[in-house]
Amino acid sequence: MLPPPEELKRALEELLPGVSLTLEGAVLFVEPKDLAAVCRCLKQQERFGLDYLANLTAVDYPPDPASGGAGRIDVVYHLYSMAQKHGPVALKVKLPRQQPVVASVTPIWRGAEFQEREAYDLFGVTFEGHPDLRRILMWDGFIGHPMRKDYVPEDQDAPLERPS
Amino acid sequence: MAVDEGLKSELQKQGLYVTTWDQLVNWGRSNSIWPLQFGLACCAIEMIATAASRYDIARFGSEIFRASPRQADLMIVAGTVTKKMAPQVVRLYNQMAEPKYVISMGACATSGGPFHTGYNVLKGIDRYLPVDVYIPGCPPTPQALLEGLMRLQERIRSRSMGQEVGAKEAEYPVPAFGASGLEPRYNPGVFQPRKPWPDPPSPAAPSHAAAS
Repeated sequence: MLPPPEELKRALEELLPGVSLTLEGAVLFVEPKDLAAVCRCLKQQERFGLDYLANLTAVDYPPDPASGGAGRIDVVYHLYSMAQKHGPVALKVKLPRQQPVVASVTPIWRGAEFQEREAYDLFGVTFEGHPDLRRILMWDGFIGHPMRKDYVPEDQDAPLERPS
Repeated sequence: MAVDEGLKSELQKQGLYVTTWDQLVNWGRSNSIWPLQFGLACCAIEMIATAASRYDIARFGSEIFRASPRQADLMIVAGTVTKKMAPQVVRLYNQMAEPKYVISMGACATSGGPFHTGYNVLKGIDRYLPVDVYIPGCPPTPQALLEGLMRLQERIRSRSMGQEVGAKEAEYPVPAFGASGLEPRYNPGVFQPRKPWPDPPSPAAPSHAAAS
């Protein structure tokens, strides 16, 4: 059985010196620099055995004019164990909205490849170490990341420019 | 040239059948509309149900769904046309043999439907193709699709084949992928965006304000 989130956090911090996690509800927030180490530990340690990445996505928190924050993008990971039939464990990484860069988990879970490409395509998160990071849903010449809150879709009803 | 109905009836009693070439050809054409076999989203499920035994599109002679556009007369645009799919849909239409028809099935194919304000869906296939029959619904029931097919049959019977071939262009330009959508956004030859509604007239000023 998977330990409760508080014990999971304590166990991870004991196993990985120098790594500090934050617990909010049932979600473990990981520092971006520690992500690869934490994920590898969760997969390889016998007692966690989280061999299955069920979901990888991103959430956009645009800048709030009231508080003056710069905004951030969270990347979310949901992990399960197929062998031990437990889960999910929810991990999140907070990234700056201007330049969201995080380590790829594709070397750890092969199934992350397309989901990271989707997060790259729609949210503009760069995954370092991804074997083939390019757009997956939109076409290559597309500009912008349409799932960001400040993306403005084109007006399909705008009149065509007259060829001069 | 139309044949007088009373005369036709009299002659039929004598075992003599009179018709015009147009009527004969259109009788055949309208009862053997072969649709192109492709579906884009959940409307395709209703289209499949229409082709199956309960609703039985074979009653109208349209049971032969062709897997090749070269052999199809009718394109049923059954589902959401995404911007990424639109060029292929137009290309398939261009490959069909004349005379050819388009049914826009459901809200998505007609206007974008629930995805109308999205970034990835075309707001109606009629931006690039001449649509003959629009079927409302989300998705339309098989009965609605059959009603649309019957309307198309009426349309085919009402015009001579010579008129049909000349009525549409042989080939419609295939849109290309641009920076934020398709280029061009619509084909001005078949579609013009609806003009925005005029602003409502401002309410008349209250009389005491006018007096002061």
